[in-house]
Amino acid sequence: MHELLNSRHNLQIDPQLHIWGWEIAVYLFLGGLVAGIMIISGYFIFKGRAKNTGCSCHNTPFIALIAITLGMLALFLDLEHKLYFWRVYLSFKVTSPMSWGSWILLLVYPILVFNTLIKLPHWLSKIFPILKKLSEKINNNLSLIKFAGLFSMVIGTALGMYTGILLSTLSARPLWNSSMLWFLFLVSGLSSAAALIHMIAKDTEERVMLAKTDNFLLFSELIIIFLFIIGLITSTQVHIDAAKLFLGGDYTVAFWVFVVFGGIVIPLIIQSAAVRGRIHHTPIAPIMVIVGGLILRFVIVYAGQASHWTTKVLK
Amino acid sequence: MARYGMAIDTKKCVGCMDCVVACKTENNVPEGYNRDWITNETAGKFPALRQEIRTERCNQCDNPPCVYCCPTGASHISDTGGIVMIDKNKCIGCKACLAACPYNARFVHPEGFASKCTFCEQRVIQGEKPACVEVCPTYCMNFGDLDDPLSIVSQLISKRPNHALLPPAGTKPQIFYLT
Amino acid sequence: MNSLSRRKFLQISGSTFAAASAIGALGYAAKGSLALAEEKKESGIKKIPTYCNLCFWKCGAIAWLKDGQLWKITGNPLDPLSNGRLCPRGTGGIGTNTDPNRLKAPLIRTKKRGEDAWSVVTWDEALNYIAGKLNKIKSELGPESVALFSHGIGGNFIKHTFLAYGTPHIFAPSYAQCRGPRDVGFELTFGEGIGSPERTDIKNTRCMALIGSHLGENMHNSQVQELSVAVDNGASIIVVDPRFSIVAGKAKYYLPIKPGTDMALLLAWANVIIKEKKYDVEFVELYGLGFEQFAASVAQYTPEWAYTETGIEPQLIIETALELARNKPASFIHPGRHTTWYGDDTQRSRTIALVNALLGNWNHKGAFFKPVKLKVPSYPYPDYPESTRGRADNPGKKYPWAGEDEGLTNGIREATITGKPYPIKAWVTYSTNLINALPNQQETIKAIQNLDLMVAIDILPSEIAGWADVVLPEATYLERFDDLHSSPFTTPFLGIRQPAVKPPEDQKPGWWIAKKLADKLGLGQYFPWKDIEEYLKYRVESAGLSYDELKENGIILGEKLPNYVEEGLEQSFPTPSGKVEFYSPQLEEKGFPPIPVYTKHENPHDGYFRLLFGRTPVHTFSFTQSNPILQEMFEENEVWINADIAKSYNLKSGDYIKLKNQDGVVSNKLKVRATERIRTDCVYMVHGFGHQSKALKTTYNKGANDAQLVTKYKIDPIMGGTGMNVNFVTFIQEGV
Ligand SMILES: Nc1nc2c(c(=O)[nH]1)N[C@H]1C(S)=C(S)[C@@H](COP(=O)(O)OP(=O)(O)OC[C@H]3O[C@@H](n4cnc5c(=O)[nH]c(N)nc54)[C@H](O)[C@@H]3O)O[C@H]1N2
Ligand SMILES: Nc1nc2c(c(=O)[nH]1)N[C@H]1C(S)=C(S)[C@@H](COP(=O)(O)OP(=O)(O)OC[C@H]3O[C@@H](n4cnc5c(=O)[nH]c(N)nc54)[C@H](O)[C@@H]3O)O[C@H]1N2
Ligand code: SF4
Ligand code: SF4
Ligand code: SF4
Ligand code: SF4
Ligand code: SF4
Ligand SMILES: [Mo]
Repeated sequence: MHELLNSRHNLQIDPQLHIWGWEIAVYLFLGGLVAGIMIISGYFIFKGRAKNTGCSCHNTPFIALIAITLGMLALFLDLEHKLYFWRVYLSFKVTSPMSWGSWILLLVYPILVFNTLIKLPHWLSKIFPILKKLSEKINNNLSLIKFAGLFSMVIGTALGMYTGILLSTLSARPLWNSSMLWFLFLVSGLSSAAALIHMIAKDTEERVMLAKTDNFLLFSELIIIFLFIIGLITSTQVHIDAAKLFLGGDYTVAFWVFVVFGGIVIPLIIQSAAVRGRIHHTPIAPIMVIVGGLILRFVIVYAGQASHWTTKVLK
Repeated sequence: MARYGMAIDTKKCVGCMDCVVACKTENNVPEGYNRDWITNETAGKFPALRQEIRTERCNQCDNPPCVYCCPTGASHISDTGGIVMIDKNKCIGCKACLAACPYNARFVHPEGFASKCTFCEQRVIQGEKPACVEVCPTYCMNFGDLDDPLSIVSQLISKRPNHALLPPAGTKPQIFYLT
Repeated sequence: MNSLSRRKFLQISGSTFAAASAIGALGYAAKGSLALAEEKKESGIKKIPTYCNLCFWKCGAIAWLKDGQLWKITGNPLDPLSNGRLCPRGTGGIGTNTDPNRLKAPLIRTKKRGEDAWSVVTWDEALNYIAGKLNKIKSELGPESVALFSHGIGGNFIKHTFLAYGTPHIFAPSYAQCRGPRDVGFELTFGEGIGSPERTDIKNTRCMALIGSHLGENMHNSQVQELSVAVDNGASIIVVDPRFSIVAGKAKYYLPIKPGTDMALLLAWANVIIKEKKYDVEFVELYGLGFEQFAASVAQYTPEWAYTETGIEPQLIIETALELARNKPASFIHPGRHTTWYGDDTQRSRTIALVNALLGNWNHKGAFFKPVKLKVPSYPYPDYPESTRGRADNPGKKYPWAGEDEGLTNGIREATITGKPYPIKAWVTYSTNLINALPNQQETIKAIQNLDLMVAIDILPSEIAGWADVVLPEATYLERFDDLHSSPFTTPFLGIRQPAVKPPEDQKPGWWIAKKLADKLGLGQYFPWKDIEEYLKYRVESAGLSYDELKENGIILGEKLPNYVEEGLEQSFPTPSGKVEFYSPQLEEKGFPPIPVYTKHENPHDGYFRLLFGRTPVHTFSFTQSNPILQEMFEENEVWINADIAKSYNLKSGDYIKLKNQDGVVSNKLKVRATERIRTDCVYMVHGFGHQSKALKTTYNKGANDAQLVTKYKIDPIMGGTGMNVNFVTFIQEGV
């Protein structure tokens, strides 16, 4: 028998780390979703689809603006020293993903605002007539729009990656300490965004394209999850212990039932059938994908905090 | 610059927690929080047991992930012997550093900033030993400059078998446990 | 057993103080702010030397104030007991002051004892009430019908009051529930006891055997400091304990003895050492009395025989015996401290003394040093009235070696219950929680129900205070002067306790209470000094020392005197024979075996486990559980159960269970600690938890109380102490 008794008791840390709750999970989810929207809408804009009436990229940048603001709000709610928040913008720390993220988020806003302006929603131009003028000016500059689309894809990718890297650099939490995490979060964000846009897109061609894309993304996600778990169980003991959280441990059901089956496998089956025209497109699959994406962030954030190193020394 | 560290004799430590109590009063550590703690490890089958008792705290790592992940520079390596310090006026309370420390040495002070063992920098500057070292009734804690080969810590580490905590975590801890 | 059911008792001692402290709390706001206002004036750091009172070791300490507020307490570097380092309890001493449960004002019970009704009174009212009752008892029954229970140096003044009043009945649980058998065992053998602090020279030893003594958990400061020096020096440590204690982890040899069989091991050690001729022949020849008889008697106690009793392999017994012998005279068997275990404790302690005698280590470096003390003349008081009635705690000297300084607590309790040899009608307690310190709580309660007056002087609403008619709130040690401290130790020294802060409420120092009460009793002539500083100054100066220096430094060291034969000390053994009594004519005369004889003890039945108990480094008995700093370190006790046993009961660490003893008494719920660190035939818990006084709000009902389960005890026929390791418990898992 090996007894390891620890007298420490710090709130939020003992007996198990629980510093991050729903706020961070929601923040990471919304960040990923926004990243996905930025990539997809950026692609549409880059491709010049903004000219088409009814392109989803007319609305999605604005939705993303709201989503990222909600995400930032969630993050802000999590901060323990809120009044000092501005301190992040007094320096740039190369080694800190959190610092990178803060600055990336700062770039996200102008891009999304710019992209919103390309095809201004009616009600907005009614409230702010000046925006309308701006929008017209932008529309005169095609290369600027193209560049904005490209930039949106690049920053979107950075944002999506960042949500995963933020966790994976915290090597003290073995579950997070995987080079697959940024990829998983990026693809999951993209797939949630594809699902969302699929639901709201007016253009049928776009909807089918997004559904197909989403199916591809969901399939990729399965492979990434497989690699993520393989990566952990072929690593050191603490990583193996971390993987066990999903392989019989406390987070097994949440992970396999809600994330993998409910959020990936089942919507993939439904959507494949829909794409092949066997059933109608309904919001069921996309909603499952989006909810699955949200639960993924919750599961990873919580399970990661349950994974830890152990200081056993005696053999 | 000095590089402060500790050499702690697990053969003498009785796990009495005096070091924990002393830190609490010396540094006004708020109720519900501890900067240091005791780990009591027992292995084997009764009566053939082996035991190691350790007083643990922030290892003032030479390669500190808590500093690297800090978005504001609040967590930094101080000029006083490489002690990892937190500037509470720069800290936004994002808790990345708590997550980054494999030893769980940090906590969020009820006033909102990250906190942890400081090697009693305020005392060390005055030429005193940290409060925990000074109180220990078994004299099992030693504090000094690891870069000075003549310091008590360097001497003990070179003479006695010892180990640090979680070397595979790659943090280069500056606390060594003599066995 | 008792008319009062257990449940009722819990209710009584429980809600009792809920009312009292509510009233007390009102008073706080008004007076608290005043005290605060005064303190605010001071700024900066101030250091006040004093000595610790978190246990009775009395380490020299320094209280630090920051801007008038208590900040921290550190050891006084001048002090030979602490060497500038306090133990965790001492370091957490400030918590005594900030304890939210503290008593605030005197209380008088307004209804029958056992009904929860209190009123807050003035000191005058409280003391008049007490004096009235005491004077009545004195005139109707005589002063001997009053008993004072007082533990610790703070009680010196109240003891003086009661000696002046005329009672010889002064008690402390530190004798018949603690050190008594050990000191008697050693006195019978060497003519001198072990004393407190123990005269063990751990720091210089080459080999030390610990029988139970769980140093490192038992946190008596100097002993633990010296243990560490011994470890550093590579001394061999032999630990004999049914539980793998902290010090077992430092030991070269760990002997997992079956509880209650230590005497078999000790006798076998003697057997081996004698058989192998490894004893100190010169010492035995020069100073021994009856060695031949002893040797002949222990010949029967072979290691093989001891194995069947103790479960310790013969080879290990032989090896450890030779290890002790090889290192003599700087090797010894620690006499222990809390030795009231099985009722044959004096004989076990005597066996310890005798094996030590074989090692020739008495008054030798690395074993037993000769303690020296700084002599301070006492204050010239009038003589105390003399009692001719004989003591009620030990009528007819039933227990011939029962000590009289600390008395037989259980004996006076018996007399209070039976009214024989004469009625005992008043109890006063000072700094002792008899409900938790004495075995069998029901007997204590029964005795209390027979009293006309029950007074508790305490700092907390402890269980014993819950049974009092009058509760007197004392100022804490950080708020008062106390008597001078000079204990026999390696170096003579004198220490002073002085206040660092003012009492926050209407609490008063013990000396003030004692003096006021004496006044009310018409014994004013026994307190000729106006206030305590006059008394202290007089004594310090009559010892030729400077009072100012003592106040300034906290400690004055005396001249170094020899502690060992190695330093020129002359051997002497103040037994009747002047010899080390291997064979004891004294015992023989009173009808006891003159040479220790092994006695077997009852074993637990199936499904039952022997209940053992001990200390945690961060708490003292039953009085620090609500200290907010120490509570944070260790909030509730656990029951240690051998991992295999736990498994067979489907118990995991952290599960809550209750314990039920052989008499059907059920404990509070407490956590399981399933561990390899204990034998399969016993369980273990830390003493002092499971408080039943609801007024101890912050610790009420946390953990379980071993004292509650100690309903059975075995009285030592030689000195009257109460062996308490004779209770068996089983587990209650349902509905916990
Ligand atoms: N922290 C702290 N320290 C204290 C105190 C305190 O309250 N708190 N109190 C002080 C006082 S007044 C005293 S008297 C001492 C008491 O401390 P000790 O004198 O050390 O008390 P013991 O009863 O010997 O200690 C209990 C140990 O004996 C073991 N034991 C139980 N039964 C047996 C047995 O049959 N045989 C053997 N060989 N071992 C057995 C238990 O497993 C446990 O490890 O502690 C002192 N130090
Ligand atoms: N079941 C069981 N019984 C035991 C023991 C055991 O381990 N288990 N141990 C035994 C031993 S070794 C001993 S020495 C005795 C100890 O027995 P006690 O000396 O009775 O110890 P406590 O139970 O702590 O009671 C101390 C009381 O003093 C009060 N007090 C503390 N400081 C002050 C002060 O400054 N002034 C005043 N007026 N009061 C104060 C506390 O609030 C508490 O009520 O118990 C013995 N009884
Ligand atoms: S004070 Fe010393 S002996 Fe006690 S636990 Fe701390 S390091 Fe160990
Ligand atoms: S122990 Fe933890 S908090 Fe301390 S320096 Fe290392 S990583 Fe940072
Ligand atoms: S909590 Fe404070 S110290 Fe820690 S990483 Fe965030 S800003 Fe830096
Ligand atoms: S070095 Fe100072 S801050 Fe660190 S644990 Fe020791 S007492 Fe506390
Ligand atoms: S041993 Fe600890 S509690 Fe007892 S007097 Fe010394 S410092 Fe205080
Ligand atoms: Mo004791």
